[in-house]
Amino acid sequence: MLALDPMLEGEVLWTPLIIVVLKVLVVFVVGLVATMLMVWFERKVIAGMQNRIGPNKAGPFGLLQTLADGIKLFFKEDLLPRRSDRFVFALAPFLSFVPAFLSFAIIPLGGDYRDGNDGIVTWFGVETRVQLADPHIGVLFALAISSIAVYGIMLAGWSSGSKYPLLGSVRASAQMVSYEAALGLSLASVILISGTLSTSGIVAAQSTLTDWHVVATGIVPFVIFLVAATAELNRPPFDLVEAEQELVGGFNTEYSSIRFALFYLAEFMNTVTMSAMIVTLFFGGPQPISYGGVTLDIPLIPNGLEGTVWLLGKVLVFLYIYVWFRATLPRLRYDQLMDLGWKVLIPGSLAWFMLLAVQRLARNEGWNVFTTTAAAVVVLGMCYALLQAAFSMSNRTREREGAQF
Amino acid sequence: MGYLGGFLVTFRQHGRKNRVTTQYSGGRLFKRKKRNAPTMDEKIDKPERLHGRHVLNRYEDGMEKCIGCELCAAVCPAKCIHVRGADNDPDNPTSPGERFGWIYEINYLRCIHCDLCVEACPTEAITETKLFEFSFTNRKDAIYTKNELLVGDDGKPQHLPWEDWRPGEDQHTSAWMRATAPAGDASFVGVVSWAGERGYGVRPAEASQAQADAASLPPSDADVGRKH
Repeated sequence: MLALDPMLEGEVLWTPLIIVVLKVLVVFVVGLVATMLMVWFERKVIAGMQNRIGPNKAGPFGLLQTLADGIKLFFKEDLLPRRSDRFVFALAPFLSFVPAFLSFAIIPLGGDYRDGNDGIVTWFGVETRVQLADPHIGVLFALAISSIAVYGIMLAGWSSGSKYPLLGSVRASAQMVSYEAALGLSLASVILISGTLSTSGIVAAQSTLTDWHVVATGIVPFVIFLVAATAELNRPPFDLVEAEQELVGGFNTEYSSIRFALFYLAEFMNTVTMSAMIVTLFFGGPQPISYGGVTLDIPLIPNGLEGTVWLLGKVLVFLYIYVWFRATLPRLRYDQLMDLGWKVLIPGSLAWFMLLAVQRLARNEGWNVFTTTAAAVVVLGMCYALLQAAFSMSNRTREREGAQF
Repeated sequence: MGYLGGFLVTFRQHGRKNRVTTQYSGGRLFKRKKRNAPTMDEKIDKPERLHGRHVLNRYEDGMEKCIGCELCAAVCPAKCIHVRGADNDPDNPTSPGERFGWIYEINYLRCIHCDLCVEACPTEAITETKLFEFSFTNRKDAIYTKNELLVGDDGKPQHLPWEDWRPGEDQHTSAWMRATAPAGDASFVGVVSWAGERGYGVRPAEASQAQADAASLPPSDADVGRKH
């Protein structure tokens, strides 16, 4: 009770408490079921792309395949390598699993945001949102949590007491830390346009198709976010962390049984969460498609519930895109990965953020937007030339010094 | 934009029905004894020129075709063929002529199914079936000896326990060879130039590409039946 009523005002009712508990339950169950279906979806879609059938035995269309795999993993032997650090080894899967669920808490899962509504619904006489929590720092919370997920992978590899997991986790920490910068910088463009950090506020700012941040920020931050998010999730083509051909299984080589299942679950849960995050930030989340006063309305469903349907549809598109990436693109080499992250994505997102900021400043100060943008482009072009000069310089130095060895 | 082309390729494959295995056997439908439940994995018919597991053929009188010349072993890029010839017993010859293939082994952990051995063979002793789904549980099984490669008394390939044979997979062996004119001479197009073999007799020759383009008709029986 103290947590709900820290000032001890004594006016706390049971209804909000029950609503919060219900929300937690629903989000947890939905998260688990979504992950289960995501594993099935991925296996089925990738099988289709590789001319196979995929799971089709357990349940209708093989839907229960993940459940069967989970039950199997529960009953397998749980190995603890002798040279492992036992406590950290046991802790690491949870460090990877819990953040995956935590960041799902701030995604707006429904509600009526159209026509400038703020998505508040009334349940049992209490005004609330269709999301577990709506902190004012919503987006920062997601970034922070995704940083914590690095620990799970890093500690898993480190505590295994084995060389391939260690290599995998070293790669993981380098990759996730460097792509987080690009992720955050492309996010900054969204925050600049929407003017709020709260996820429900960001959704509310995207009422029409032209307000969707994918359009409003230009398409560049979205593309950078998509690529950086794929790297952040350690999904192909950025799955150097688990690179089967090089590192056996990467950081989870020594894991078995339910501990391995937790890593597996976290990976797919993160994919679902990140797709929902992309939809929330760039595609209006639960907003329906509306353009020029015409709104696509699904008949017979109340507006509050319709948001959930829209969200689900949009998330499915991105889940498909992630599977599509995996089926199409070969894995990047490690230096290519670092080059892409540091030399393309981070300068690119920084430059785009500067362009948007300049335009905003020009509009606020009443300057000529076109001239100001042109000036900014010229400055950025000079920066680009300097950057290229720096790259070629360092290349030459490396070649000269490399010859000494 | 090579990347985008790749995306198109995978997207087009999704939903296309060109899978080798079209339906698995067993499972719920099978347990419930549904009428349409497949009792074994359903697979597509293999293309006519697929390169699969080898066979060593016999002549129609039962003599082995292999003469132990080791040309197949010499041409093999994967070095998976091991052949040793020996002199025939004049009273009870294994193959017509002086020599026969005494040891013949193919290591299928190395074989790349390039069909070069089939091209190199002067007596058409070795040809390839369309069987490619065979897996082993130990390395010894992966090395096929002469006993396993040689066709049976009926001229058909032996069906080993770990092989998944489907109807038609032992037919049209070595169609790739028959597609071109023997000796590369245009006047030999459509002329069968090799000896008959046990089980299948004389195989018809395929029409050349020029013929097929000109008439787009199957080769006539007169051309097929003629012996060289």
